[in-house]
Amino acid sequence: MLGKLTWSAIPFDQPIPLIAGAVVALVLLGVLVLVVVKGWLPYLWNDWITSVDHKRIGVMYILLAIVMLFRGFIDAVMIRSQQALAFHAPGYLPPEHYDQIFSAHGTIMIFFAGMPLMIGLMNFAVPLQLGVRDVAFPTFNSVGFWLTATGALLVNISLVVGEFARTGWLPYPPLSELRYSPGVGVDYYLWALEISGVGTLMTGINLVATILKMRAPGMSYLRMPMFCWTALASNLLIVAAFPILTATLAMLLLDRYLGFHFFTNTGGGNMMMFMNLIWAWGHPEVYILVLPAFGVFSEVVSTFSSKPLFGYRSMVAATMAICIISFMVWLHHFFTMGAGSDVNAIFGIATMIIAVPTGVKIFNWLFTMYGGRIRFATPMLWAIGFMVTFVVGGMTGVLLAIPPADFVLHNSLFLVAHFHNVIISGVLFGGFAGLSYWFPKAFGFRLHEGWGKAAFWLSLLGFLVVFVPLYGAGLAGMTRRLQHYDVAEWRPWVLWAGVGIVIMTAAAACQVIQLVVSIRRRDELRDLSGDPWDGRSLEWATSSPPPAFNFPVLPDVEDAEAYWGIKLRAQEEAAEPDYQPIEMPRNSPTGVFCAFFATMMGFALIWHIWWLFGLGFVGGYAAFVLCAWRDADEYEIPAEEVARIDRVHRRTRRDALAVGPRP
Amino acid sequence: MVSMGAPYRYRRQSRSKRPLRWAAAAFGCAVLSSLAGCQAAILDPQGPVGAAEKTILYNSLAIMLAIVVPTIVAIFWFAWWFRAANTRARYLPDWAYSGRIELVTWAIPVLVILFLGGICWVGAHELDPAKPLKSAAKPLEIQAVSLDWKWLFIYPGQGIAAVNQLTVPAGVPLHFSLTSASVLNTFFVPQLGSMIYTMNGMSDQLNLQADKPGVYYGQSAQFSGDGFSGMHFEVNAVAADRFDAWVGTVRGGGPALDAASYATLAQQSANVPPFTYRSAQPGLYDMIVTQKIAPGPGPTPEVSPKTEADDAR
Repeated sequence: MLGKLTWSAIPFDQPIPLIAGAVVALVLLGVLVLVVVKGWLPYLWNDWITSVDHKRIGVMYILLAIVMLFRGFIDAVMIRSQQALAFHAPGYLPPEHYDQIFSAHGTIMIFFAGMPLMIGLMNFAVPLQLGVRDVAFPTFNSVGFWLTATGALLVNISLVVGEFARTGWLPYPPLSELRYSPGVGVDYYLWALEISGVGTLMTGINLVATILKMRAPGMSYLRMPMFCWTALASNLLIVAAFPILTATLAMLLLDRYLGFHFFTNTGGGNMMMFMNLIWAWGHPEVYILVLPAFGVFSEVVSTFSSKPLFGYRSMVAATMAICIISFMVWLHHFFTMGAGSDVNAIFGIATMIIAVPTGVKIFNWLFTMYGGRIRFATPMLWAIGFMVTFVVGGMTGVLLAIPPADFVLHNSLFLVAHFHNVIISGVLFGGFAGLSYWFPKAFGFRLHEGWGKAAFWLSLLGFLVVFVPLYGAGLAGMTRRLQHYDVAEWRPWVLWAGVGIVIMTAAAACQVIQLVVSIRRRDELRDLSGDPWDGRSLEWATSSPPPAFNFPVLPDVEDAEAYWGIKLRAQEEAAEPDYQPIEMPRNSPTGVFCAFFATMMGFALIWHIWWLFGLGFVGGYAAFVLCAWRDADEYEIPAEEVARIDRVHRRTRRDALAVGPRP
Repeated sequence: MVSMGAPYRYRRQSRSKRPLRWAAAAFGCAVLSSLAGCQAAILDPQGPVGAAEKTILYNSLAIMLAIVVPTIVAIFWFAWWFRAANTRARYLPDWAYSGRIELVTWAIPVLVILFLGGICWVGAHELDPAKPLKSAAKPLEIQAVSLDWKWLFIYPGQGIAAVNQLTVPAGVPLHFSLTSASVLNTFFVPQLGSMIYTMNGMSDQLNLQADKPGVYYGQSAQFSGDGFSGMHFEVNAVAADRFDAWVGTVRGGGPALDAASYATLAQQSANVPPFTYRSAQPGLYDMIVTQKIAPGPGPTPEVSPKTEADDAR
């Protein structure tokens, strides 16, 4: 009846996951009770859960990312504290638990924190920057988000029901094959990523179509803001690379469920094929994550230097070059497999070539600052912190691209330090820069600067104190994923990293306090002008938060910096436009229904509960078909309503600008 | 399930610490070693391969630092000088293009990469793990097998074998053939140089040499399951005559390695203390590589710490 699921799946003997699970369940229950008692349920359902508005979906992506970022961070704290304690000692986490934690940490941070953070920012900002009303396929967008949430949910269910993978964030066979990992952990991993991977692919298709087909009148490709360019490159990579991930994991699933031999030791399987395939997705993946962050930094550096981006066309060329070359370097993830020296050398050189466009980007941001009037608001601090630390991360990356250097550093903590160096200072700092930059646009008030700056400085310091010592530990020969160790030379480095994680915890606390303080003081932080940073692209041309239709009339774009041009020509003071009725997409519960049944299906497949799988499959298909049968998928906002909303915004902006200079 | 072996120390390392007094002492050491530049294994190589790799590491680092350091300085300098409050800084609100600067910004990384690309090409060929080392001495053949979760080293020329310990003559090239009994692992002795994967059904090659007698730490550098952290070994590099003596001692006692005792060894076990085999069945390594001996059995309910699926069955 319940397949492999029995009471023994609940880890009653392990207090840590049990308490964590109980706390999460209590918090969820509390939120649910609050929502029901306060009568917020219809609001949540109508305005968020079934919303197809790209801004709301973007916000929900970011919310998911932040929740999962906390989960992943707690894993990181456990990894660091375990290693700090486990010198000549077993520490407090036995291997079978520790292995789940580092596997979950990597999986969550890449797939359920990094990806939703970047996709959320793109979802929110790209249509606004392009001067359009929504993405190309709004309902599709909602389905994509909810399938990503399904994946995140499955990973978290594994905390209390069964176990998570003990194979690392990429489940290399044969360790991940049934013979060596007979538990449900790898199945949780595989189904979570298969389902959320479909969601990510949908978003990729959606944003590519949006950028290619739905720009405001006059916005040619070379007038798009840099963030739209990097979003285009990133989503092209999603469309090209995610099917590889889905197919590779599907092959591993076939091995595990139906006795195939794609990657097994016996029966003609070959695990080297898995490593080639997974990294053919995996290396583009790091650029999927970091390219949107590069876009955020381009916007932020230009805005806060009060100057256009230096070398725009160079930046476009560099972005697209990275997009293409990123597919030609995957083999550098396994130089130590024993391939010939020609193969290793060629992939090493290809990897170094990526450093050229990346270096050009750094120089272009540098010269964007040259001759500027730089304001050190929180987003700009994240950007400068990124530039300084990312240069070092890039340098260690090129070092690892030299096969003989990789032969002594591969899989070491030097490698761990390198990729955290580029992902934290690239993706995470970029995410935080984007959050503080676009937060006033999304919610109508700015984040508190003092707490934001405290969070930045503590993050930077904590990051350095964790990862500089890990470079040292790697040079001392310490390999990654050790549950305990006996080598005295490694101990100081590991302890320093433990100190660093304490500082990082303080930084995370500052972020929470910043949010709470900002919400409580929202009236004094209010942005009435719609343009709190003296911005240069179209998202600042509309109100904060923007109306559902984004722009009352679609803007006419005449320059590379659309809104800056409008401001220079003082068009905003022009007479009222001719308001027309606007057609907007209707809300749809398709996404949340599909996700509900996909969760059911995933859980059923993990535990071999076949009737539940059938139910989920039929339900999910029915939900999709019923939605497709919908007659009316759009509604019309009458011209008077558009005019009313826009007149309010015009009045508040005029008043705000008359009061005094912008902060 | 975790039992601790003796502490491993690198040669040249003389500090010793009691585990129980770690708190204060370790933090003191942390500060001191960070300042003084801790003895790092990769930067203290004891063989020609590791030494060449260290040189490449330093050279490439120096080339890149020549660009990276000025860039970081320029970031701070521009950010500070062009701060909004600085009235002496020139504001160029429309300056966004300069062909000359763009030429330089593309040329600098291209030139650096051309240079490093050369190092990469030459280095990858010079230090190919399969390339025999230049030496007058005949290389010692060693067959390494990674098992769940220990290392088996077979000396085909001597007809002996050892688990989790590797005794080699100093100054003599070592030629390793490597495979895995089950899952992916990586053979790595940081102070000797290059690491390489061990994979079931395949045989990789690696050439290393220890220049001087000493004790070096070795490990698996690829996570391979619950017992992975205990998968380390000592490399004892001894003078050539003492190596022969060691071979004699090993032949004098201990179990024999044949297909039956190998099957027992292939069962999962963690933190295995080192021991030796007085004899090793000829051709055993080839039987593992060609899978005439089936791959390792994986977890059994007795050994596997806890898998819900097992409980449920």
